[in-house]
Amino acid sequence: MLTDLSIAGAAEGLRRREFSAVELVDAHLDGIEALNGRLNAYITVVADQARAAARQADGALAGGDVPVLTGIPLAIKDLFCTQGVRTTAASRILGNFIPPYESTVTANLLREGAVFLGKVNLDEFAMGSSNATSAFGPVVSPWTRGDGASLVPGGSSGGSAAAVAAGLAMGATGTDTGGSIRQPAAFTGIAGIKPTYGRCSRWGTIAFASSLDQAGPLARSVEDCAILLGAMAGYDPKDSTSADRAVPDYRSACTRSLRGVRIGIPKEYRPEGLSPEIEAMWESGIAWLREAGCEIVDVSLPHTKYGLATYYIVAPAEASSNLARYDGVRFGERVAGATLDELYENTRAAGFGAEVQRRVLIGTYVLSSGYYDAYYLRAQKVRALILRDFTEAFEKVDALLTPTAPSAAFALGEKMDDPVQMYLNDIFTVPASMAGVPAMSVPAAVDAKGLPLGLQVIGRPWDEEGVLAVSAAIERAAGFAARPTLRAGVGA
Amino acid sequence: MSLESATIKKIARLARIGLDEAAVTRLQAELNGIVGWVEQLNEVDVSGLAPLASVSGTTLHLRADVVNDGGDREAVLANAPGREGPFFAVPKVVE
Repeated sequence: MLTDLSIAGAAEGLRRREFSAVELVDAHLDGIEALNGRLNAYITVVADQARAAARQADGALAGGDVPVLTGIPLAIKDLFCTQGVRTTAASRILGNFIPPYESTVTANLLREGAVFLGKVNLDEFAMGSSNATSAFGPVVSPWTRGDGASLVPGGSSGGSAAAVAAGLAMGATGTDTGGSIRQPAAFTGIAGIKPTYGRCSRWGTIAFASSLDQAGPLARSVEDCAILLGAMAGYDPKDSTSADRAVPDYRSACTRSLRGVRIGIPKEYRPEGLSPEIEAMWESGIAWLREAGCEIVDVSLPHTKYGLATYYIVAPAEASSNLARYDGVRFGERVAGATLDELYENTRAAGFGAEVQRRVLIGTYVLSSGYYDAYYLRAQKVRALILRDFTEAFEKVDALLTPTAPSAAFALGEKMDDPVQMYLNDIFTVPASMAGVPAMSVPAAVDAKGLPLGLQVIGRPWDEEGVLAVSAAIERAAGFAARPTLRAGVGA
Repeated sequence: MSLESATIKKIARLARIGLDEAAVTRLQAELNGIVGWVEQLNEVDVSGLAPLASVSGTTLHLRADVVNDGGDREAVLANAPGREGPFFAVPKVVE
């Protein structure tokens, strides 16, 4: 079925004219039509625009040499501004915001010939680990565990992950601030990479925490992620933190030999009470890499346990500043007030959901006079220690291997009473975000209930190639072939 | 440190988020839970450390000091929830 193909395979089929881009796009639009009512992965579907782009791709394919993603249907996280297409950040406060410009990452994908199917759901302003905070309703995972419960796809890139896992897109853009690509990839049995901070331009991507936010792809294979990342990445003068570095050939990194590569196993990622299934998957990963020729080295990242608390000061602080722009004056929703201050207060009370309000308030508190040194400045100093942990570990090893998340996907409603319990989902993903280093989740096993579990590979700054090489080796050894219950053409 | 309801109201005012009393009570419990949890950072010795604001380490590029965008008033105003002619409209600010 066309919706089961990899990006690499589909690109080959399109070039050989085995099927047309219109057929490929239509197969995905049919899947969306059949399943989106249950999954709620897409907020906005742009069927007509996608078909028009597919016809254009077919024209280009008939003419010969075409860019790498020509005719490949993708889902775009609704945090990337898309010119002329409503962009919501899954928040009420953006209302019917129609960006007058295209984000750099999506412009890069369009330049490479990609076809956008629509904008996919996320936690509001990317703040969450379950996709339950979206103003457009939660995304339901296409996976089930046999008890009838609706499972979360993870978050914040939950719509991206659900769409890709269910065959409603061949790949998707995500953003990762503390795990928002890797954790949903793990929960839905697909691959996802957060590149080094600065690898992808943040221009036109709605900001959450600017010193952490990084765009990256989610797809059903490591190679597909490599192809997408190669298209998304690159220097952009419009983002001052964008790195002026050549983008390597990520795809060729996927077949690299791992002989002699040193893999660090950080002991702090084995907390008291870690599930035996997660532990067993991790041991399998270690064995696979040893067989692939890697040297396994025990390492220590002593400040790992402080990563989450540091994150929950730094990220809300930056968010409270970034989200100050939503004032009901220049764009988005407005709730009237007798004075300008009342207009602001009414607009932001009605426009922001509960989790966003919590984070803006926490951020305002830790930045406020009298508390700045005790919270924000101290957190920035602990962040320096977390970065130092990674720098020292990478003197001994080439990459690190850990579980991506402490559990498989949970049910909607679980872990949702206590914000801190929800935050603990990101315990293994947050440290790499704090240090800005590249990290990828690759599906490695299913648990006793048949739900996917992911392994995380963390690399040196700018060494996405090393991360992809190790991840691809895990993918080959794991032979992960499980597919979700609900997917295009099946279970509809 | 425990946040009083007066503190919640003060930061809500700074953040320009209007809260009713029920929301203040709810947020007081939630924010105290979060703040109590992040205070584990107090056990870390941070003496002599410089705060890390960014990991990018890139040097900023300079560009020519010329206008390279702008002059697109209609695009800028197109998403305005209230406008009067070529202006954003807000409630009266100056009496």
